[in-house]
Amino acid sequence: MRILCCVKRVPAPGAKINVTDDGLAVDASHLGFATSPHEECGVEEAVQITERHGGEVTVLTLGPPEAADQLRYAASVGAHHGVLVATDGSAWDPQRTAVALTDAIRGLEAADGPFDLLVFGNESADSGGFQVGVRVAYALGRPIVNGIKGIEVDTEAGGGVVRARREIDGGFEVYELPMPAAVGVKEGINLPRYPTMRGRLASKKLEIAEQASDAEPGGQSLVRLHRPRETVTETVILGNSPEAAPAVVDVLEELGVV
Amino acid sequence: MAEVPEKAKCVVIGAGIVGNCLVGHLTKLGWTDLVLLDKGPLPNPGGSTGHASNFIFPVDHNKEMCLLGEQSANQYRDLGLSVDSGGIEVARTQERVDELKRRMTSATAWGIEAHLLTPEEVKELVPFVNTDIVLEGFYCPTVSVVDSLETGTQMRNVAVNGGCHVAANTEVLDIITEDGPNPGDRTVKAVVTDKGTIETEYVVIACGVWSNRVANMADAYIPLVPAVHQMADVGPLDILAETNNEIGYPIVRDMDTFCYERQSAGSMEVGSYAHRPIFHHPDDIPSNEEAALSPTEMPFTPDDFDLQMEQAIDLMDMLGDAEIKYAINGLLSLTPDAMPCLGELPEVRNLWSAAAIWVKEGPGMAQVVAEWMTFGYPRVIDVHGADVSRFYPEERGDDHIWARSAEHFNKTYGIVHPQEQWESRRNLRVSPYFSRQQELSAEFFQARTWERPQWFESNADLVDRYEVEGREVEWDARWWSPITVAEHLNLRENCGMVDLSAFQIFELAGPGAVAYADYLAVNKVDVPVGRSIYTPWLTPDGGFHSDLTMMRMGDERVRIVTGVFDGGRDEFWTRRHLPTDGSVSFANITDQITTLGVWGPNAPHVIGALTSQDLSQAGSPYGSLVDVELNCGGRTIDATLFRISYVGDTGWEIYAAWDDGPVLWDTLMAVGADFGLRPTGGGVYGTSGRLEKGYRLMGAELESEYNPLEAGLARPKVKAAPFIGKEPYLAAREAGDPEVSMCVLTVEDLTDSQGRKRYMQGGNEPILTQDGQRITDSHGRVSRVTTAGPGPSVDKHLLMAYLPAELAHPGTDLQVMYMNELFPVKVASTGAVFDPEDTRLRG
Amino acid sequence: MLLVVLEHDRGAMDEAAREALTFGRGLAAQMGAPLHAALIGADDAELVSEAGAFGAEAVYTAVHEVLADFGPEAWGEAASEMVRQLNPAAVLAGGSERGNEVMAQIAARLDLPMVANCLEVNPNGGAGEWNITRQQWGGSLLEDACLVSERPLLTSGLHTLAAERAEAAVEPVTQAVEVDLDPSLARTVVKDRVVLEAGVTLSTAPVVIGGGRGVGSPEAFAPLEELAAMLGGRVGCSRAVTNNGWRPHSDQVGQTGTRITPEIYIASGISGAIQHWVGAKASKHILAINIDPEANMVVKADWAVIADLHEVIPAITEEIKRRRA
Repeated sequence: MRILCCVKRVPAPGAKINVTDDGLAVDASHLGFATSPHEECGVEEAVQITERHGGEVTVLTLGPPEAADQLRYAASVGAHHGVLVATDGSAWDPQRTAVALTDAIRGLEAADGPFDLLVFGNESADSGGFQVGVRVAYALGRPIVNGIKGIEVDTEAGGGVVRARREIDGGFEVYELPMPAAVGVKEGINLPRYPTMRGRLASKKLEIAEQASDAEPGGQSLVRLHRPRETVTETVILGNSPEAAPAVVDVLEELGVV
Repeated sequence: MAEVPEKAKCVVIGAGIVGNCLVGHLTKLGWTDLVLLDKGPLPNPGGSTGHASNFIFPVDHNKEMCLLGEQSANQYRDLGLSVDSGGIEVARTQERVDELKRRMTSATAWGIEAHLLTPEEVKELVPFVNTDIVLEGFYCPTVSVVDSLETGTQMRNVAVNGGCHVAANTEVLDIITEDGPNPGDRTVKAVVTDKGTIETEYVVIACGVWSNRVANMADAYIPLVPAVHQMADVGPLDILAETNNEIGYPIVRDMDTFCYERQSAGSMEVGSYAHRPIFHHPDDIPSNEEAALSPTEMPFTPDDFDLQMEQAIDLMDMLGDAEIKYAINGLLSLTPDAMPCLGELPEVRNLWSAAAIWVKEGPGMAQVVAEWMTFGYPRVIDVHGADVSRFYPEERGDDHIWARSAEHFNKTYGIVHPQEQWESRRNLRVSPYFSRQQELSAEFFQARTWERPQWFESNADLVDRYEVEGREVEWDARWWSPITVAEHLNLRENCGMVDLSAFQIFELAGPGAVAYADYLAVNKVDVPVGRSIYTPWLTPDGGFHSDLTMMRMGDERVRIVTGVFDGGRDEFWTRRHLPTDGSVSFANITDQITTLGVWGPNAPHVIGALTSQDLSQAGSPYGSLVDVELNCGGRTIDATLFRISYVGDTGWEIYAAWDDGPVLWDTLMAVGADFGLRPTGGGVYGTSGRLEKGYRLMGAELESEYNPLEAGLARPKVKAAPFIGKEPYLAAREAGDPEVSMCVLTVEDLTDSQGRKRYMQGGNEPILTQDGQRITDSHGRVSRVTTAGPGPSVDKHLLMAYLPAELAHPGTDLQVMYMNELFPVKVASTGAVFDPEDTRLRG
Repeated sequence: MLLVVLEHDRGAMDEAAREALTFGRGLAAQMGAPLHAALIGADDAELVSEAGAFGAEAVYTAVHEVLADFGPEAWGEAASEMVRQLNPAAVLAGGSERGNEVMAQIAARLDLPMVANCLEVNPNGGAGEWNITRQQWGGSLLEDACLVSERPLLTSGLHTLAAERAEAAVEPVTQAVEVDLDPSLARTVVKDRVVLEAGVTLSTAPVVIGGGRGVGSPEAFAPLEELAAMLGGRVGCSRAVTNNGWRPHSDQVGQTGTRITPEIYIASGISGAIQHWVGAKASKHILAINIDPEANMVVKADWAVIADLHEVIPAITEEIKRRRA
């Protein structure tokens, strides 16, 4: 199996996210950066598939030079190769991102052969455009389904099939995508492992292939970010004794979980 | 939900381990009307307590830190919130093996059980340690792991049950102060919070890494910086999980890599003090809402930790394959001198600091501050080294705090010599002779901010003249030179000139000056103009607050001369007790006056060459001040000759205008050349000269735990005038002979088991009985070396120590432990071992 | 014309579609354009009439054997074909999983920009430059965006507005649209559906009953287990609990344990240490049971009972039993 995972470097904020003075970015001065959570699960899933079926995982990111950290992180949990499409750090719109990633994947496939599976996050944690994976898969002619929370690869079934599960109320839908295929995965598909110390140390030796992109901006551009009007949610005290039980059960009924 | 009352007796800001324990201790001491605030939620408001590794290694070379750590450990134990996991410091290098011997010595001094372990013995306790790289282990079975959050909660509940109002999620916006009658005198008035304003008599800042920000609200300053300590939690590891508890194996401190490995249930916490210093400004610490984890659990920067990972894997191979589940750049507080900030802030009356305190010493230090607030002085132990008023203005800027904290951060697990000097932030304060001293290749030691020559390389020729031996072990010779011994012998034979410009000099003036001066001092200050007294200042409990010289300069003018290490504390003490009726004014005139000491048999000749003043005991009696004109190469300068000696030979302290210093120095050097005068360093003045005379030093022999009777500084009579600490002092006198006495001991044989001569450093080495038992008194005070150094004129290595009455007489044979070896010592005197009759002072 | 692509599952309209119609009604008015709707893989009269109730003046239907069940590519292609034929001035869907996915398929196929999860859309007088406010960071931040497009593709932020019927219901004109779909599009059509009965995991449980240090002992978790079983949920715990060896690590909710996303998290005897909070904060609702009203978990919860969990939990269990009986 040759699997490609696309990941995005995003700030790891707390409950309150601050914006830079120019409004063009999250103020990350006291924040760390992480791989967007859906994509972190995507890498884990890809690594697990190669652990079962053999093969290699290539991780591709588009972002500032520091996004190499996310490629190393992926390597520290089992990914084999890292490719960085470097930007100046400004926000790229979804169309431009998709074109750049498509170009990069075409280049990688031209050099080393096609990927059996492209793994995207359902949407990025920050800008949440819900479209890059679909655009790339379409451009490359690969079937794609989003919202995936379970993957089984069947290499036996004609040419190879990806059985993918998508959560619905009370159960899940099953899709069968002929390989080569693409999926947009969601957090919960697995519990991503943390790097081991040895994994972390080994990841420092990862050779990162850098590429440039000449993709043109698309139609959507960022004007400014701002925080929504704060809604102070006061805790509703249901009671100060076991007498509160009926009020609690009222809440449970309202939520439909009883 | 939280609301705040409009009035309170005392507002404690910060509900971490310190603030919680503080309100608990205050309540136990009878305080009511307390308010405890925190801007975060409970029980973990997001400060450093919330992510602390929560373990206590009981042995520290520093007395305050060690004993308060022990106090704290016991408080955790008493609450049942502590487990004695044991802990092992492992050595990978020979230098560390030697340091572990020193640790054993300190363990013996403080009465803490400890053992040196072979690598095999280490492995028996911690089977996953790679013994191939371990040379030795230092094992303390009473290393403990504590639950600091629950301890805080329980101590807070003690206060709540006593009526303390707790307001979490309440942010302090301002601290209001009110001007007092004396210039610069302000008193705390109210705390402004986002939930309302609280009028209050006392405020305590226990805000951990935010403490300085809160102090700044009152235009006060707590010199600390929030600094990163990296920690990674790796696991799960079966061998740890199988213990089925929070901590089943001893904690391992990998001392040479500045890291620790501490089991936390099924995983191992690897913590580091090895990475580059990473500091944050308090304003740049995110709020609870902004932080990804908590405000003080900053994002982990793995690049800074990679080397530590490799080293951790070297020590415990299993760690390599465990997952890094949680890793932080945890914030903790560092100060410029690595000591906490306790006590009332000098800028604002009734505004207190309980800051720069780690979990390991939190409950004990909270008790110290609570007692201090209650009784006017802490009773647990002396904490002058942690007194927040110790800092000079130069020590209060960010540049200083950051530079010094950066320097000592990597020494957290370092091997720090008792005389170790700072590399950064030197030459902050220098005397008028600094360039001249540099030309003479002076080796400068820094006393807080002041540079003082310790010896002069230009005197190297004296080493041959006096055939001074060097020291064969590098540790003993570090921060030491045989020149200092040669300078000593030259002073005794000829004459030495010592730069004393770092003296801190204050003046009290006004109609109430003499009465006020008498109120501060044990001995009578109301002496004739031109006379001086050497006197203790006592705490309200009758222990030493200070020990200094006071001079009657005029009918309504008293000068106070104190040592540079105590300038901040003494100035604050003086200002803090100043009468509010305007009858006394205070001035710090340190910058205006330079002081040179000239001592030795030839001192009268040298000084005599500059003045026609009668320098005999009649014309310039011991302890007197004489105003003179000194003829300095054609120029005449005004000076005051103060006949006094801290080295045991006759001579004077010459007080002159700062700007006249250089010409005075040059003249004395020129005139003195014919009399064998040499510039002489602090090694003679502060150590060998004073040791031979048994002169006590504040901060070494003199501490608040001891009284003047024990120190041998009680006068035959007690003055009629009232003074601070008089009642306990009188009570102590009435109680009869003191339980302990300060003694000078001689080391009878310096040879160690390897046949090398060793030289104790004065780093709290324990004095033991001949059968190797610790010596303690009924207060638990241990006999330990307070000062050690050469006695060149008596040809012995000398030690000072308090000894119980039954041992405190000349001829008693005892032992001293140094580097985990025993050396025979003999009590020589409770006074001077050199010229006990003081004949040379009369010369 | 503003075309709203209606989400439905085998003929049952999704709430997101109603929201999109509600949102679209306002947007169409701003644009001065009629509100039309597209039904893919269905032409049920009920769906059409409901679209009318929400103000759709016309409903276009595309029926094809590949569209018998949901498939993102087939739906995307069918919708794209409708857009090609109908030339709407803008296309809108609800910001649900399917809604965003189908809109992304349309965007890819038509090579047009798409803006997801919009809160406000201002056509700016139709100059082709649209001012949009949309959600980032799951709604924690808002983005003012400028969209230059001759045919904006938009989704409306899920559950950011309440679906409201039009003041006057319309009887929509219906029109079937011929779509010629390649049978290969079936490759991403739902193959099967599986209904889950039991065996929920901590990370997927709809209800999690959390216990902290305040529970006191391993045995004292029994009432929590009983309540969890009754609600089809799972018991989780704080780090203090696993540290004490009361429960296995796999039950730990937190930074170093499991991150949960239940409909409701009942945190009992849990102070809400940050470490724990990180694992619990994705819960849709939180109810805290704690004796300390200032506990972090209480402050952050939607509801709280300030009392001893050992009394409250059994009382809740009894109340549920009583109501079920």
